[in-house]
Amino acid sequence: MPMKIGNQPFFKGVDEAIHDSFMVNAVSSAQDGLRERKLRATVGDETLGSWETWREAGEEIRSHTLNHLDYYLKQLSDNFASRGGHVFFAQTAEEARDYIKKVVRQKNAKHVVKAKSMVTEEISLNEALEAEGCDVLESDLAEFILQTDQDKPSHIVVPSVHKNRQQIRDAFRKLGYQGTDEPKELAAFARKTLRRKFLQADVGITGCNFAVADTGSICLVTNEGNANMVTTFPETQITVMGMERLVPTWKELDTLVTLLCRSSVGQRLTTYVTDITPGDESETVDSPKEFHLVIVDAGRSNALGTEFQPALHCIRCAACINVCPVYRHIGGHAYGSIYPGPIGAVLSPILGGYKEYGKLPYASSLCAACTEACPVKIPLHELLIKHRRKYVEGGGKPPIGEKIAMKGFGIGARSPFIFKVGMKTAPIILKPLVHDGAIQKGPGPMKPWTNGRDLPAPSKENFREWFKKHKQKEKLKHVQDKGIGESL
Amino acid sequence: MKGTIENRDVFLKNIARKLRREPLKNVPAPKWAHEPQWDVYKEYTKDQLVAVMKEASQSIHTKVYETDSGHLADVVNGAIDDYGGGSVVTTRDPRFAELGLDGVLAKHRAYTWNASDGRKNIDIAAKADIGVTVCDVMLAESATAGLFNDKDKARCVSLLPVTSIVIVPKSVIVPRITQAMEMVEKKARAGEAISTYINFISGPSNSADIEMRLVVGVHGPVKVAYIVVSDR
Repeated sequence: MPMKIGNQPFFKGVDEAIHDSFMVNAVSSAQDGLRERKLRATVGDETLGSWETWREAGEEIRSHTLNHLDYYLKQLSDNFASRGGHVFFAQTAEEARDYIKKVVRQKNAKHVVKAKSMVTEEISLNEALEAEGCDVLESDLAEFILQTDQDKPSHIVVPSVHKNRQQIRDAFRKLGYQGTDEPKELAAFARKTLRRKFLQADVGITGCNFAVADTGSICLVTNEGNANMVTTFPETQITVMGMERLVPTWKELDTLVTLLCRSSVGQRLTTYVTDITPGDESETVDSPKEFHLVIVDAGRSNALGTEFQPALHCIRCAACINVCPVYRHIGGHAYGSIYPGPIGAVLSPILGGYKEYGKLPYASSLCAACTEACPVKIPLHELLIKHRRKYVEGGGKPPIGEKIAMKGFGIGARSPFIFKVGMKTAPIILKPLVHDGAIQKGPGPMKPWTNGRDLPAPSKENFREWFKKHKQKEKLKHVQDKGIGESL
Repeated sequence: MKGTIENRDVFLKNIARKLRREPLKNVPAPKWAHEPQWDVYKEYTKDQLVAVMKEASQSIHTKVYETDSGHLADVVNGAIDDYGGGSVVTTRDPRFAELGLDGVLAKHRAYTWNASDGRKNIDIAAKADIGVTVCDVMLAESATAGLFNDKDKARCVSLLPVTSIVIVPKSVIVPRITQAMEMVEKKARAGEAISTYINFISGPSNSADIEMRLVVGVHGPVKVAYIVVSDR
């Protein structure tokens, strides 16, 4: 499965992650910083008017575009091709890789530079091109760090968030870096190393934040300037886009770029918003001469026409990731998918199936912070519940223990007698596990929870008993109050 | 020259089938219920927009000079000196002459981009200390210079040199990206050619990829300055 990270089961990944204190601290502080910046640039920016109206505008545009997706993709491809670009529709990751390999072979290209693109991570493009004998270079600073250290992204906007500066310095040592672990010095080294590579690259590969259907244009939203380098020097440009990443016209591009920049990094606009339209560049010195657009399905159409279609509205801002309490504690790698956090837990099972990713929808407290943060109003926590329902109903293969437990709970909950007995006996049965009022090492299904935190011990008094007593007390109080009132 | 389109029919038919309908032949232009973008800095005068832009430039590490057309050459000269002088490269743009800047650029022996000289241009720009451009639209909200690049108004000039100086005629300042996108959309609708490379640049390149610490100057310029000139 190309979008997969690592081979270990979900709970094992979680177990390792929660004990990685550097990673947990780095992730929490990044989340706090990004969340704070986002709030300042959205609900906190009075010049925008109501942020809620912006979200509604975003939702409206995304919903319309997805409902008419075939029409807009046809328009996009017609316009891209009428200006001289080549368009390839890839149903699968393999088809996308094969097409790109073919282009690279035809160009006899040896040096490929890439701008950050999650969809190329998703289709494992680097590995495929390296197998072709190409030197493939990631040019986004974070991706460059990860590539140098043979690591994978743990966040969709800040992919190397789990790494500290010492680790980055040590990774750069492999490239001959002699300097300190100062971020400025490390970035300067990357600038120098990559500048040379940009100028000698044969093929530039980019992702696509948004394509514009009515002109056949590609919009890239970046901060470092690397995407500009990638789309300036190589003779051939290949853009890879998820099939849902488009807007009808430049008018809608305006709204979505605004939502993306403000929600992802809290900037009014990122440093570079670059719009590329194919054309005759035969006389232009600093432009690719050949343009390819690869439009990728790779499982996305599984969501179309289903209750999960809103997941395709995602504009990859990571605002949901930046507020998620579960992501905060386990980081990105534990999800086992290049798409982590709430959107990853919704999207990964759609793209990769329940067998591989059916557990991810459980990596949520259903607090709904993600839904509230989403700039295009994807009901993320509701989609997580829908995934869970489908998973236990047979969409996935839930563990036998869980099935038996669920069945048992169903029987118990239907019978008042068994339910009562269960409530009464729970504190007695669990007593040996209780220390200081909490269960710290739970068996079986409790284990993943108690590995990370304590589980409160069941109270001897159950809710029904408490409620009965409470009602009696209230009644008594009411009678007493009334009595006092009358005596006055 | 027309490009190729491969695998489209089966791909789009699959989408239509999933959406439980036939492939769509036509979709009327949508009418949106919400368009909050038009209310931002609505009816602001150019002077008010300059004030907005100046404030926004502070948070993107960009210095703003203000002058009138009579003093522009002096201010450009001063700005080049402020950023350490050295080798200067400019786009090939008739507006430099219109703004009376030929003399000051000659004084600094600025190289003017010349597409017919091929790769040599890139080598010069890559070694240049300062790149000077004239912007096509300035977005006040984010202090963003919109450059509509082509073979003469080369993208390298604002990308490769260490410092980028952008001349901003006051007449091109608009409230936000909304108005710039509308300009492009109107051109496209009228069947006019749109620039193949539209670059909205807000200050120097930067990254926070290492421990979320902001580093200014990654692949693009390390320093950016705007010179706003009252042109009308």
